Order: sequence, then structure tokens, then C-alpha cells
Amino acid sequence: MAVRTLLQSVNDAMRVEMEEDERVVIIGEDVGRDGGVFRATEGLIDKFGPGRVMDAPLNESGIIGTATGMAMYGLRPIAEIQFMDFIYPAFDQIVSELSKIRYRSGATYTAPLVIRTPYGGGIKGGLYHSQSSEAYFTHTSGLKVVTPSNPGDAKGLLIAAIRDDDPVIFLEPKRIYRTVKGEVPDGAYTVPIGKASIVREGEDVTLISYGASVHTCLKAADEAASKGISAEVVDLRTLSPVDADTVISSVEKTGRAVIVNEAPKFCSYAAEIAAIIAEKAVDSLSAPVLRVSGFDTPFTYTWENVYLPDAERIMSYISRSVAY
Amino acid sequence: MELRKETGMLQILDIEGNFRKELEPDIPEELLLRMYRTMATVRKFEEISMGLQRQGRIGFYIGAAGQEACSVGSTAVLGRDDWIFPAYREPGALLLRGETVLQLFHQLFGNSLDYNKGRQMPNHFNSRKVNVVTPSSPIATQIPHAVGMAMAARIMKRKDVALTFFGDGATSENDFHSGMNFAGVFKAPVIFLCQNNGYAISLPTRRQTAAETLVQKAVAYGIPGERVDGNDILAVYSASARAVERARSGGGPTMIEAITYRLGPHSSSDDPTKYRDKEEVEEWKRKDPIRRMALYLRRKGLMDERSEKKIGDEIDSEIRAAAKKAEGTPRPPVESIFENVYSEMTWNLREEMEETVQRYGAGYTGK
Repeated sequence: MAVRTLLQSVNDAMRVEMEEDERVVIIGEDVGRDGGVFRATEGLIDKFGPGRVMDAPLNESGIIGTATGMAMYGLRPIAEIQFMDFIYPAFDQIVSELSKIRYRSGATYTAPLVIRTPYGGGIKGGLYHSQSSEAYFTHTSGLKVVTPSNPGDAKGLLIAAIRDDDPVIFLEPKRIYRTVKGEVPDGAYTVPIGKASIVREGEDVTLISYGASVHTCLKAADEAASKGISAEVVDLRTLSPVDADTVISSVEKTGRAVIVNEAPKFCSYAAEIAAIIAEKAVDSLSAPVLRVSGFDTPFTYTWENVYLPDAERIMSYISRSVAY
Repeated sequence: MELRKETGMLQILDIEGNFRKELEPDIPEELLLRMYRTMATVRKFEEISMGLQRQGRIGFYIGAAGQEACSVGSTAVLGRDDWIFPAYREPGALLLRGETVLQLFHQLFGNSLDYNKGRQMPNHFNSRKVNVVTPSSPIATQIPHAVGMAMAARIMKRKDVALTFFGDGATSENDFHSGMNFAGVFKAPVIFLCQNNGYAISLPTRRQTAAETLVQKAVAYGIPGERVDGNDILAVYSASARAVERARSGGGPTMIEAITYRLGPHSSSDDPTKYRDKEEVEEWKRKDPIRRMALYLRRKGLMDERSEKKIGDEIDSEIRAAAKKAEGTPRPPVESIFENVYSEMTWNLREEMEETVQRYGAGYTGK
């Protein structure tokens, strides 16, 4: 066991898997000599060489398209998209190709590719270095979408993603890359894809979140506790396929749900969680399901602290829910 | 740097069946006959399938008539372990490698024996058995896949190469440029075979690009290029053989522009009289690649009128029997809608499947 940051455990996961499985390769912009703009791949080119850690030309659809071909042929590639905001040139490759290869070929071809990409706000990145576009990908069948909130999960989930036979979009909450630290086991281990985790138990209201916002929820839960409200916090960890059972049992217990995420609210991933609760647990609800999200605007630079849900905003929704 | 203008094109076999002895590739007789039979099969398969489409028995068809030499001539130089990334006018690639006409019909009918399990429109043929990768409808998306597969072969220290097909229209798509650039940078063992048939549906090539030729685009990516008469199977074969040799020996990618013509419509939904003249079509009919190859085989003494007719008859009855068999094969059961989305079915798909089965019954294959 060692104390690692989320970023270090992402690096460690790739190192461990590349040691164990020579089919694992990395391709992305600046992932080689530079170690990635966030240093997620630091040191890997020295250990595994440029044949397995490939600096790609600046072209996202080329990165995803070639990595898809590698995966079909038998490698286990990890493609890095430098910021999720730059993933859109590869959107066609992900949505029309990668996600559908198994289905359209009747599983005679598959493409087990992991796409790692930093996402979310909080680093003063403005419109184009802050986005949370997970809903585009959770809306696409054939993709798994995973996002950790702590170093231990990051390593275990990334290893699980690399070993998974389906394509996985692995979203890394860059705001907490270096700020969240934790004990991370050495060597290889997996955290199962498709399982949420209850990071704080409570009785009165369920906060459902993922990625960096989990920590904001925990802060809000502390604040709620000081006002006598006991909040449970569910960290989804996998967005697709979502662990509906954990969400539903928690909401059945508390009778209240507040969903917290950074993406714009309209048609967001939070809307799907709200719909699942409405379909499966409406009888348990004592209050309407509420969402605390980013605004229905593009991301903003100067007012990013106002755009992002903070503990105070979450607390006001908790109060509304409890007062209903 | 001076811009190379590869405006000429290699022709070995002319429309009268004359060939340039000094350029004639050395193709084994058995292979030559198989290449001819495959091209003739593709033509007949199309004729019969278009008929099925007109009668409403299949939903759609995309023809390859006039372009058969491109896929057959290039596939012929590959080894069995090399991979092909097709667009949708290359049934010849599958057939030459030993896939059956029956299997192609299973795909057209989307029945339970279709490798794709009835999930794709007609003409999206894939066959793991013969290493022809699953195609999709968006244009040029297969190009980076071919490059990635070729890069992977190098990483895994194997000798396999990739061959990818696309049309003139594809050269305007992002993925063409992505693929060419990555292939150049990584020296990937891949052959880019552009079937320039003059039109992307209705848009003529001169409106697709201001470049004089398509192959000159290779110059910008540091890739060797060659322009050939795509209706001359010897020229296609010989350029492809050079490209494969280059790829396999570590010399990297090659782009081949094969000048050809689609004699039929873009698809069964298209009316080409809206955008091209009858005279133009007639002119290209005289350049027919199958007729030209037949003339070649006759001159080589490998075929005569009788054996040509015999091959034609065999093909005809094989295709008609296969069509009948495929049409009589049941659809995949309704549960198959939900399979193969993931390696294991997720809970929400299971819910949808159960609801569907409740409505239609387990194993429902239609009435």
C-alpha cells in the first residue's frame, strides 16, 4: 500500500497492466516523451518504449480510429484524448464505429479499447478545457462509461476497463487529479465495472453523484449533518451500465434523491437517473427528485465557481427536498 | 518541392484484350481462372439481387458492376492472414477468398445464418473466416481501422498487411486524411485502394476536389502512389503486388488510385440518369473489366467460348439455388436484437428483451 494521488494511480494502473499483458499499448497526443499534458503516462515510454507508447499526430479521429483497428486485430489499446473537450472530432469513430463493431458483426469482430480522457471543470479551463460530455456517450449503446472519484477506485476501475471485452470510456476528473489522495494497493486488482459505491451512509436524503462532484457532495453532507439532516452519498463509479439497484435501494431507504453533476442540466445524465428513480421507486419518494447541475450554457471562465455545483448550492437543494 | 502530377495511368490489358507482354504479371493459371469466375459471379449476383430488390424480397442493394477488377485484382495478391477493410462494393474480395455466395445472400436477407444477425442493410458483408472486416455505412471510417490494424501487426511483429477500399468521395472525408497521415508517420503496412468511379452518388470527381488526380494527395503524406486503369485486372494486380511487397518488407503504405466506373446506379434507390449521360455509360461498357479479362484468358488459351459459357451456367445455377436457400432461412429470433451490444447483456437490455419476448414469444422469428 502506498498513498497515491488519483493521477498517480492512473499511471500505476497502466504500468501494471503493461507489465502483465504485452497486448496493452498506449496512443495519444504527447503521451510519450512528454508523459501527457497532465503527466498521466509519465515514465511509461522509458519503460515500454515508443513501440508501445505512441505519440500520435494531432488528430483525435485518427487516434480513436487507429486504436479501434488495433483492438480488432488483438491488441488492448489505451487511447488518450487530451481533454474531453477535444473528443468531438472522434465522435463519429466512437459512435458509428467503435461502439457498434460487436453488434454489427454479430460479435465476429470486437474492439476492446479504453479511451481515457480528463473531464470536468475547476481548473480555470474555460469553455474548451472543462466540459463534462458524458451524456453523449452514455446515450450510445455498446459503450461502457466509467469515472472514478478516488485513487483506489481509479486504479481498480482502469485495470478492469483494460481487461474488459467492451469499449470503455474512462473519464478522469481532472480537478481532483492531484488533490485527492488515498491508500492504493500495489500490483494488479480490479474494481468491478457496473457497481456503485455508498461513500457515506445516511437516512434522510440520497445524494447521487460521480467523479469530482462526489467530494462536493461529501462536503454538503457534512453541512447537512450540522443541521441535523443525515445524507447518504452514492458514488456511481460506472455511468453505463449503471448500478440501478444501489440507487434504488438507497432512495427506497431515504425517500429523497438529489442528483449532482457538472454537466448542463437539460437532457443530462442526471435526467436518466431521475427517470430510473421515477420508474422504479416512485412509491418510496417523499419529495420530487431534484438535480443540481451545471447551467444550460457553455462552460464559463470567469464565473466557473458559480457554474459548478458547490456545497452551498447542493445544501439548498437538500433543504428543499427535506422541506417538501 | 515540386508537385508531382501522377496524371498518367498504368494499363497492361487494353479493351481489345491486347496486353503488354513486358508488364504482364505472372499469375498462376488456377488463380487467373478463379479471378475471372469471381468477377463473373459478382456481376451475376448483382443482376439477381437487383431483381430480388425490385420484387421487394430484399430491402436494398448496392452494386459493383463495372468495378469488379478493383477488388478482385487487389485481393488476389494478398495472403490469407492479411486483413481487408472494405467499403461496400467489394463482394469480390470475400468471394475470391473462399466465402460463399450463399453466405452473401444470408446477409442480403438478414436471416439467422447471416454473420451480422440481420443487423445491417444489404451489402455490408463481413467474414471473419476470410479476414474481411465488418463494414459500416459512413464513408471512409474504415480507413483508420486498416491503418491501426497494420500498426498492430508491426507492434506484434507479424507480417500481415491491411488492404482498405474506398471511393473517390471518401477522399474528402476527414478519416481518409487521418488514416493516410497516421500510415505515413507510422510506416504502417497498409494499401489504400481508391476506386475512383467518377461519381460520389451524383457528384463528379472534378467537383469533389480541385486536385487533378486523387493519388497526388498521397504526396502530401509522404506516401508512394500509383494510378492504374481500374478496369484492367492485370494493372490492378501488378500495382497491388508492388504495394503489398513494399508493405511486407517494411517500406510502409501505398495509395493506389484505380480509375473505374460504376455501370449501374449508386444503389437500388438511385437514378443515375439524373446526373450522367447515356453516352458516357455506353463508352464505359466498352471498357468492361470482365469482358476484357475473358479476352485475355482466351488469348492465353485458358478459356474458350464453351468453357466461358459453362462457367456462366454454373454461376447462374449456383446463385439461384443460394438465393432460394437464403430466402427460406428463418430470421434470427427476436431476442437477437438485444444480444452482442455488450459482451454480457446489461440489466436494461434484459428488461427490454423480456418485455419484447412477452409480446412476441420466446424464439419468435416472424410469421
